Amino acid sequence: MPSTMFDRIWDQHVVADLGEGWSLLYLDRILVHDLSGGRAMQEVAEAGYKVAEPRHVFATPDHAVSSAPGRTAETFPVGAKLLKSLRARCAAEGVRMFDLGQRGNGIVHVVAPEMAIVLPGLTLACGDSHTCTNGGVGAMAFGIGASELSHALATQTLPQRRPGTFRIRFEGARPAGVTAKDMILAAIGRFSAAAGTGMAIEYAGSAVRAMSLEERLTLCNLSIEMGAKVGMVAPDDTTFEYLAGRDFAPKGRAWEAALADWRRLPSDAEARFTRDEVIEMASIAPQITWGTSPEQVTAVTGHAPRPEEAPDAARARNWQAALDYMGLAPGQPLIGTKVDWVFIGSCTNSRVSDLRAAAEVLRGRKRAEHVTAWVVPGSEKVKAEAEAEGLHHRFLEAGFEWREPGCALCVSANGEAVPPGARCVSTSNRNFVGRQGTGARTHLASPAMAAAAALAGTIVDVRNF
Amino acid sequence: MAMQSFTTVTGPAIPLMAANVDTDVIIPIQRLVGTGRDGLGPYAFERLRYNKDGSDNPDFIPNREPYRGSPILLAAENFGCGSSREGAVWALMGMGVRCVIAPSFGDIFFANCFQNGLLPVRLPIEEIRRIAEETGASPGNARTTVDLARQVVVTPTGREIPFQVDGRKKEAMLQGLDDIAMTLKQADAIAAWKARDQAARGWAWESVA
Ligand code: SF4
Repeated sequence: MPSTMFDRIWDQHVVADLGEGWSLLYLDRILVHDLSGGRAMQEVAEAGYKVAEPRHVFATPDHAVSSAPGRTAETFPVGAKLLKSLRARCAAEGVRMFDLGQRGNGIVHVVAPEMAIVLPGLTLACGDSHTCTNGGVGAMAFGIGASELSHALATQTLPQRRPGTFRIRFEGARPAGVTAKDMILAAIGRFSAAAGTGMAIEYAGSAVRAMSLEERLTLCNLSIEMGAKVGMVAPDDTTFEYLAGRDFAPKGRAWEAALADWRRLPSDAEARFTRDEVIEMASIAPQITWGTSPEQVTAVTGHAPRPEEAPDAARARNWQAALDYMGLAPGQPLIGTKVDWVFIGSCTNSRVSDLRAAAEVLRGRKRAEHVTAWVVPGSEKVKAEAEAEGLHHRFLEAGFEWREPGCALCVSANGEAVPPGARCVSTSNRNFVGRQGTGARTHLASPAMAAAAALAGTIVDVRNF
Repeated sequence: MAMQSFTTVTGPAIPLMAANVDTDVIIPIQRLVGTGRDGLGPYAFERLRYNKDGSDNPDFIPNREPYRGSPILLAAENFGCGSSREGAVWALMGMGVRCVIAPSFGDIFFANCFQNGLLPVRLPIEEIRRIAEETGASPGNARTTVDLARQVVVTPTGREIPFQVDGRKKEAMLQGLDDIAMTLKQADAIAAWKARDQAARGWAWESVA
């Protein structure tokens, strides 16, 4: 019977059938970070268990660390406690940790692919919802909560129910100014923030095949914003070229054996998915969110909605609340809306190709006087590569801050925040109320759109900039 | 890992009714960084629940009588979407909520609920609206009961609405079982899987050895 890539990976990892549709699933890799990692390992130890496979667990502090230039572990004292506990538990259990300033440190979902900790065909879990990012290499990667993380660490397995499958095919040539971020935001806008709840999405089609590996990671990153558990892209030569020679990639004969396995992963042409959709690339323009859910998104040339045009009363109330929070008038065009902050970073868009795309827009121009603009590279490796290319000079000359790796303003868990009422064009993945700081107003967009907004001081269409 | 067992809860169902309530709204990240698991209750829905001066916001329905402290919360689609933070469940439980009734839930939140003894119940939105109406019609004594063993919601007028719950999760929740101990009964199967896999996919093991 024809099967999907998801089916193949799932079936291979079933340790035991637990009945009633449940399987005990083996986890090839577990990632932990400062926010929940130390605590989870502590709980495992207190309950009298050990980390089952410490060599298959990797830790990196990212959420609650300062991104200030020259930061140390103590720059944000509240986070320093979490970091200390992560260090202590990793040392006690023999878990590899990439500490601040070390190669391998950075946002957990930036680090795993760039170090080849995640590989095609692997299962991977992490106590963070954007773990789905890692599916960009053709892995089955998903986010879990703290209790499930303890379970995963103590047993290297998780009881799971098989999710449904959802294929989204992006077909056709990519229009000018359209990035992976615009593609996935457009999909969320079309299908809704709950369309993929609990499902495994496979992104396919000619436009995905033509994407770089880093773009595929961006695409998969926002799968959770459609509610999905997993987002994945079939591995191909682009994937193999990206992974070859990286720190934890198989070497020599193991690489050859891995390649042979990986080439068998892609879904059969006749495979059936629970849901199957096609998006024509020609229908996608650069996107920007106007509201407080990623589904509240429009082409940048669009306008804020009019609640009286909502399909139902509940939606009308919800739109009005979002407009009030965002400080937008019904029907207001988005282009021209004044911007106070710009954040280029997060596990969505902080890789070196994202920074190149943003720097490309600058062309020697300076940010608008009233805009605070931050660039937070996703990892130490990204930072080093960007600096080797001189990208940091271009940002600094344009009046941007060039900061240290971490989640920073994506989640504001590290004492850094967009001030109340300030409007921020952000390359991150969540525009929830208060996400970037109490009262902060977030517009999600691509790195190029964010850089253009910093220069103009307003929301602009990057295609005319 | 400690789960509170769940049998039945009773109270006036709180008609929160909003859609896409994300876990950032349920518990701001800043509280998770600085507060332990047991101290989160006062910060649940912090941004909606309090006025600027720290007093209770009367517009926030769970602050109103007779709803204050009730264990049952009514919501619309996609409750608990967004971040995986289990603190959202701990905070809800800390404010006294033991059951959320919504048409759909964020996937990770849904799983987290069962790890802690907070019961997520899926019902169609029309049923949830009717429970809210019945509750609003006679404030004070309009109590709803959620009975996990019988898998029914008993509305204020005494209607019984059946709901689906996964059999494995139901048992674990009724008894307050520890997942890890259950899984470790499969230790032999895990060891056998590992041995097979190391032979078949050596590359997945060697590269991190
Ligand atoms: S960058 Fe943002 S979304 Fe990504 S892991 Fe960090 S906090 Fe989560």
